[in-house]
Amino acid sequence: MRKTSNPLDLAALSRQIRRHIISMTGAAKSGHPGGSLSAVEVLVTLYWDVLRHDPANPKWPQRDRFILSKGHAAPVLYAVMAECGYTPVEELNSLRKLGSIYQGHPDIRYIPALEASTGSLGEGLSLALGMALAARLDESPSRTYVMLGDGEIQEGQIWEAAMFGAFNKVDNVCAIVDYNKLQLDGAVKDILELEPLAAKWRAFGWHTLEIDGHDIPAIQAALAEAAATKGKPTCVIAHTIKGKGVSFMEGDPRWHGVTPNPQEVELALKELA
Amino acid sequence: MPANTKYELKLGAATREAFGKTLAELGRENPNIVVGDADLTKSTMTTFFAKEFPDRLFECGIAEANMVAIGAGLAMAGKIPFVSSFSAFVMTKGFEQLRCLVAYPNVNLKVVGTHSGISIGEDGPSQMSMEDLALACALPNFTVLCPADEVSTKWAVRWAAAHHGPVFIRTGRPQAPAIYEAGAQFEIGKAVELVAGTDVTLVATGLLTAEAIKASDLLAAEGVSARVLDIHTIKPLDEEALARAARETGALVVAEEHLVDSGLGARVAQALARTVPAPVEFVGLTKFAESGSPDQLLDVYGLRAPNLVEAGRKALARKK
Repeated sequence: MRKTSNPLDLAALSRQIRRHIISMTGAAKSGHPGGSLSAVEVLVTLYWDVLRHDPANPKWPQRDRFILSKGHAAPVLYAVMAECGYTPVEELNSLRKLGSIYQGHPDIRYIPALEASTGSLGEGLSLALGMALAARLDESPSRTYVMLGDGEIQEGQIWEAAMFGAFNKVDNVCAIVDYNKLQLDGAVKDILELEPLAAKWRAFGWHTLEIDGHDIPAIQAALAEAAATKGKPTCVIAHTIKGKGVSFMEGDPRWHGVTPNPQEVELALKELA
Repeated sequence: MPANTKYELKLGAATREAFGKTLAELGRENPNIVVGDADLTKSTMTTFFAKEFPDRLFECGIAEANMVAIGAGLAMAGKIPFVSSFSAFVMTKGFEQLRCLVAYPNVNLKVVGTHSGISIGEDGPSQMSMEDLALACALPNFTVLCPADEVSTKWAVRWAAAHHGPVFIRTGRPQAPAIYEAGAQFEIGKAVELVAGTDVTLVATGLLTAEAIKASDLLAAEGVSARVLDIHTIKPLDEEALARAARETGALVVAEEHLVDSGLGARVAQALARTVPAPVEFVGLTKFAESGSPDQLLDVYGLRAPNLVEAGRKALARKK
């Protein structure tokens, strides 16, 4: 893979990743397109610009790590890892099929280059803290990034981990909340409101930033600020749009766990051409 | 008591203390050994490790789910973490994390439950684990150990550290009768025949192993030759030793400080159903207990040698 910091390159890659998400979920006939599409720019910026990683040497001990705690957004992670060269692009459309390495939720038994098997919500932040503590003990420069869903942080374990991370000054962890405002049953604010979200993370002792999660230069700046912040972990609240990039999917909770039919796939791919 | 066995069964260290001290030894030998605790270091005895290696002891506060998951992260980054709390808390509050973050991806985390069973005593049922072996055995990839005394606990903790994969070790609060001599050799998944016998087999684990030895003496006085097997490894279970016992003695008693419906007894019954079916009687817990001294509770809830003797007689009577 060729790393890049150029926002135009990253935007082009984002469009390509979105095309994969549509094709994959369309072929799978099940899965989670909406929350995959909302996370695209953040993952693309991480994998092509920010993370110190090497697809040719995935277990390099001093690598930076990324955990997709909202494991149901597996399609975006698979598309990104495939385009980076970790896994075959041509098999992406086997998503969720028996025997596929692209399991319904990320599964390290099938893709050892993954940092974690995720899917049960609320667990990834703790996992990231454990990895970051190991890096601290080893005096490794490794940083751990973890993406949390907004609905996911209704889980109590997230706040156990938030307390722990700040108290123990785990400044080599960066949490990114994909704040797309929708969850399976509807709007987050109607299910179990998170606001005031930034104030909550600040009260828990985290350096907290709010950005437009589709604005690539803003993501780059936030992740640079996170890396430069010492003595406390950073939480980036990325305001995003569920279904981003496909007009008929944007902001509609139906697309949390419903996949496009062949006509909708065609329409979406036309928009993403 | 007319002892036919060589065992004095003098009170030795608690198995939790053996765990804590062995952990500190391991800490000196291997810098990758790290520990997580949930505000119980003085009780779980990880305090021995904490004193020597404060940077490698992660105090997680009263947040067991987070502790288990942090342990999983440490393991995935190459450490050998032991996380510890009362069995009642770590196995229940941490169960989902043990299932998804440890068992399913086969992560190298060691879980040590202390204060297991009713022998925690005065604290009462909320602190007593009666279902921890069932929960641990329900997790694929887990090895489940329940050592009876100090020497076997030291072995169990060392074995867990050397093994790559998830392990649960069940330990207890009270001092445990010493059964093994220092330097005794154990093999994972292999029962230890502590007493030879031909009429009935007493299959026991943890604190009940010493009671089984006492019961074999009592049965000997009645002219019954009772074999005693110490099942220090609950999973994988020594099906061969159990099948041999069923074949050679024709009747068995299983004794454990755990719910009878879901612990060692259930596993033994399953093993024998597919190897050598035989009459089996079960000594264990059937309901939530209460406050009391450990000794009182073991008496009241029927986890003593005389209870094994009675069960032994029943099993014998069922032999064809």
